[in-house]
Amino acid sequence: MQRKGSALSGMSTIAWKEAADHFSSARFHFVMLLVLLTAFGGVYGAIGEIKNTIGQDPFLFLRLLTTSKQPVPSFVAFLGFMLPLVSIALAFDGINGEYGRRTMSRILSQPIYRDALLFGKFVGGMIVLTISLLTLWLLVTGLGILTLGLPPSGEEIARGLCFLVACLAYAGVWLALSLFLSTVFRQAATSALAALALWLVFSIFWGMIAHALTAALAPIDPTDPMTLVNAVEWQTGLARLSPNTLFSETASALLNPQTRSLGLVFINQLEGAIPGAPLPFSQSALLVWPQLSGMVAAMLLIFTAAYVTFQRQEVRA
Amino acid sequence: MSDIVIEARGLTKRYGGTIAVDGLDLNIEAGEVFGLLGPNGSGKTTTILMLLGLTEPSSGTVSVLGHNPLREPLMVKREVGYLPDAIGFYDQLTARENLRYTAKLSGIPAAEREKRIGEALQRVRLAHVADRRVKTFSRGMRQRLGLAELVAKGSRIAILDEPTSGLDPQSTQELLELIASFAGEGMTVLLSSHLLAMVQSVCDRVALFRDGKAGLIGTVPEIAGKVLGGVYVIDVEAEGADAKSAVSGIEGVRGVTPRKGGGIQIDADRDLRGEVAAAIVAAGGRLKGLSMSQSSLDDVYVRYFRTQEMADAA
Ligand SMILES: Nc1ncnc2c1ncn2[C@@H]1O[C@H](COP(=O)(O)OP(=O)(O)OP(=O)(O)O)[C@@H](O)[C@H]1O
Ligand SMILES: [Mg+2]
Repeated sequence: MQRKGSALSGMSTIAWKEAADHFSSARFHFVMLLVLLTAFGGVYGAIGEIKNTIGQDPFLFLRLLTTSKQPVPSFVAFLGFMLPLVSIALAFDGINGEYGRRTMSRILSQPIYRDALLFGKFVGGMIVLTISLLTLWLLVTGLGILTLGLPPSGEEIARGLCFLVACLAYAGVWLALSLFLSTVFRQAATSALAALALWLVFSIFWGMIAHALTAALAPIDPTDPMTLVNAVEWQTGLARLSPNTLFSETASALLNPQTRSLGLVFINQLEGAIPGAPLPFSQSALLVWPQLSGMVAAMLLIFTAAYVTFQRQEVRA
Repeated sequence: MSDIVIEARGLTKRYGGTIAVDGLDLNIEAGEVFGLLGPNGSGKTTTILMLLGLTEPSSGTVSVLGHNPLREPLMVKREVGYLPDAIGFYDQLTARENLRYTAKLSGIPAAEREKRIGEALQRVRLAHVADRRVKTFSRGMRQRLGLAELVAKGSRIAILDEPTSGLDPQSTQELLELIASFAGEGMTVLLSSHLLAMVQSVCDRVALFRDGKAGLIGTVPEIAGKVLGGVYVIDVEAEGADAKSAVSGIEGVRGVTPRKGGGIQIDADRDLRGEVAAAIVAAGGRLKGLSMSQSSLDDVYVRYFRTQEMADAA
């Protein structure tokens, strides 16, 4: 049916209200505090390690983000683990919360489309994520300058900003996912639980699941080396169904310039390559392109699912 | 005053096998207060949702101010204010902030916004708590805040779903006065309720709902006339004569029922107090009491649904 009027009128009002609500909510303060603490833990550990190798490394600043000091994981690993939690905290009651507060029908009786509400909720979450990540990034850079005593190079800044975009895409996938769950389940507690369950599955168990599935789908025949290649390809393929895998691959390619490939490499493909030599930024960016677009595609797909579910819902509260 | 602002033709809503609204025809004129009256589950809320375009009808058509709520929802929602039956606000925001948010959504220009919000809050007597969080508001205050939203929006039509449910008698009275004053300024009001007395006091016309059908539509006296046979109820207390047979011959008497304690109750078309008194005195009786009231919608309601149930059972 043809509808008249802009589908997005009112969207920016909703987005900014959502963002303002998040910034003043105790829930958001709590997760951000958690993120900040873990982030600084990661960076602090890295500083201790780096001090030993200072002066030998052209990408000292990036090491700040990727180096881990046992038992503390690196900043990047922490971010991969914590960002979904931030997104879940932002959106798990996005839609069902409006039903719960009984504000849904009042809002939808204003001259806006439902599209505007859903888009506004998503954009509001993204605004919050962008501001928070940018702040975090600046804080970490400042900390690096203070402790290492030298500014990041131009290339390091470019790689860092590109990483920031990857973080946003990754957080966007989880934002879309928890918004979707909040349209599917009428109880905020249920959608929060479902989102947390998925978070655990993808951040902790997915590796094991991919491994087990590979063993079942592509068994290795010791007499045939091709089955081994086949199995490895299955395993990486399955692992990449998880946004967490895509994120950590993107991070390692962007922040470790030595990374030449994100999959299987045969020895003959390495002919002529200088081991350990860094790739230029443009080549690294090319390398993560599929991962990055994979995350954006997942985000759009999940958001579409949320959209379809929401459009069909009856509004009676 | 006879422009039709809301028109429904054969409006039907099915939920799986159950029919929530069944072939409803409705015409609501500009400036009138129209009541949807019916017991729980009779389809009032469903009807309202279809008028607003929040729920898609299974069949039938709706036109609000000449627009189809499904095809041109923004045109309809711009002119229509809706007060849902269990109204909710953002508790952590103040009354003013809540209104500001919906005012922005409804596209009120920034220059006018604050003034209109202030006036609306004044109007519903919430100006003194305008900057308090809605968390601290009582049910009656929330309900009035909901009305303030309609005022600020400048709605031409107000659709109120059970606006007085859960309010004490005094708040109910205040709310009804507000609604009546809106109507006095030319706003068309459609309200649903199962509280009959309140509907009677503000509504120009009512529709009696039952199982998704509007059984009767008309003014309160018209409906009372149809269901009860009479619009006026006269209570008579007399001694020394057979009052019942004395009055039943009078022209305009629709029915006579004996009451507990000896009196009789007469349903009449018009004010027959003089005739009744004369008839009793003429029959040699002594008149001890005579009072008249307009039949209340409660009587209509109870009687209407009882006869319908008997008809169904038969
Ligand atoms: N989502 C739904 N699925 C199935 N049946 C429904 C649904 N929503 C409402 N109904 C049914 O439709 C009928 C009409 O409901 P509606 O809410 O319109 O009644 P109402 O007159 O507003 O009642 P109340 O006075 O309790 O508010 C009821 O029998 C109800 O059970
Ligand atoms: Mg109802």
